[in-house]
Amino acid sequence: MKKSLLFTLPVLSLLALASCQTMESATTLATAIGQGAGVISGSQAQSIRKSAKAVSRSAEEFTPEQEYYIGRTVGAVVLGKYPAYDKSAANEYVNVIGQTLAQASDLPAIFGGYHFLVLDSNDINAFATPSGLVFVTRGLLRCCKNEDALAAVLAHEIGHIQLRHGMEAIEKARVTEALTTLAVEGAKTVGSREVSALTETFGGAISDITGTLINKGYARSSEYAADQTAVTLLRRVGYNPSGLVEMLTLMKKNLKAGGLDFAKTHPAPDDRIAEIRKKGPTYAAIQAPVPRQKRFLQALGNI
Amino acid sequence: MIRSVRFIAVAVFVSLCIVFSGIAAPPKTMTVQVKEGQLRGTPSFLAGIVARPSYGERVEIIEDKGAWKKVSVRGVQGWMHTSALTTKVIALKAGTGTTQTGAGAGEVALAGKADLPPTSSGSQSVTTGEIALAGKGFSEEVEKQYKTLNPKLDYAWVDKMEGFKVTPEQMQAFLKQGSVMPAEGGAK
Repeated sequence: MKKSLLFTLPVLSLLALASCQTMESATTLATAIGQGAGVISGSQAQSIRKSAKAVSRSAEEFTPEQEYYIGRTVGAVVLGKYPAYDKSAANEYVNVIGQTLAQASDLPAIFGGYHFLVLDSNDINAFATPSGLVFVTRGLLRCCKNEDALAAVLAHEIGHIQLRHGMEAIEKARVTEALTTLAVEGAKTVGSREVSALTETFGGAISDITGTLINKGYARSSEYAADQTAVTLLRRVGYNPSGLVEMLTLMKKNLKAGGLDFAKTHPAPDDRIAEIRKKGPTYAAIQAPVPRQKRFLQALGNI
Repeated sequence: MIRSVRFIAVAVFVSLCIVFSGIAAPPKTMTVQVKEGQLRGTPSFLAGIVARPSYGERVEIIEDKGAWKKVSVRGVQGWMHTSALTTKVIALKAGTGTTQTGAGAGEVALAGKADLPPTSSGSQSVTTGEIALAGKGFSEEVEKQYKTLNPKLDYAWVDKMEGFKVTPEQMQAFLKQGSVMPAEGGAK
């Protein structure tokens, strides 16, 4: 027992140190050393190698370019559910704030860049694709009384992208399948049969992500984590993190029980507020400078 | 016995730490992994863009500063965020090495062909694990086929969204107008 514990400790530290790329060879090295020292048996060594190999086939192995194509189709599916709100004043305003927040995040460079769009719906809903496309409904914008609150909504969605929640929604087996097809193909020209196989896997990945975004929702812990990222981003850019709590307070009032929007996919606003308060200080109430409030009302006053 | 096992475990851990501290050293060159790289004048999220290196282009690392790297690309120096760069070599399809045109105000047009990634016969030999193939896997080709199978899907607004761009100058002016004061340093 003690032996295995003593061996597990350095291996775990090693796994934490190693990147995905090096994990497999590092584990092979570590297990070989462990075997040589008689700490682990041959079969144990084999099983460690095997599980490390499975772990290394993670969604992180998709290139940003592949995430970009996944995100484009997820975006098209979202736009099949809710139509775009075709008002340039609103969309331009949301993009300046959203893109500024994204640039201040820990993941400012994304293959095709961050882009934001208002959706024409009374539902209270928002979606972020792994590729940086962010959608917010008019219903959700009505939960924002000022620019700081709007910034909080957008920062929360950027949080999901930065924390890679969308890509994590793809089933593990599907990730392994796609990456294995690619590894086998390697530098060869991909033939039509492989394109068909990849397209099928692609369709599965899209269903995994949109099913989570639209129907199931992320884990509560993921929503709380996105809220924490939002608070960090708001502070970095210079917005008042109270915007998030104020927005959630109004959302609580506006949400309809039994709705298929945030009422279904997100933790209750009260729970989110409690979690935010538990993890950080209480910020002063928002007192938006006149020009900031004026431009907010101009762009979204009649949303 | 337990003491010797403990000694071995510690020795393994220490030696692996040494091995990995070597691996963690920043490589001399990295590759742009986004469609359009942004080379900035200073290491800040609001800094102006001086040039836009292309996807797959190799940049030389001059200096590290937090999440930013000072790089040189085709004779132009500037700062890039690490999220735009990868240690992998990105193999572009033949003929996609780009000639940069249409640089914005205050930007340097990067002249000539982008450095195509070295092949295994080049001075910097790479193994397959270190190469990412552009245009492979989930690609434009796969999207096209998926669209054929799902004719109701409409990408028109997705394409339109990708055209919504905001420059660092617009961001700065916007923050100033609204008295939004960024915390020192910006992106970490």
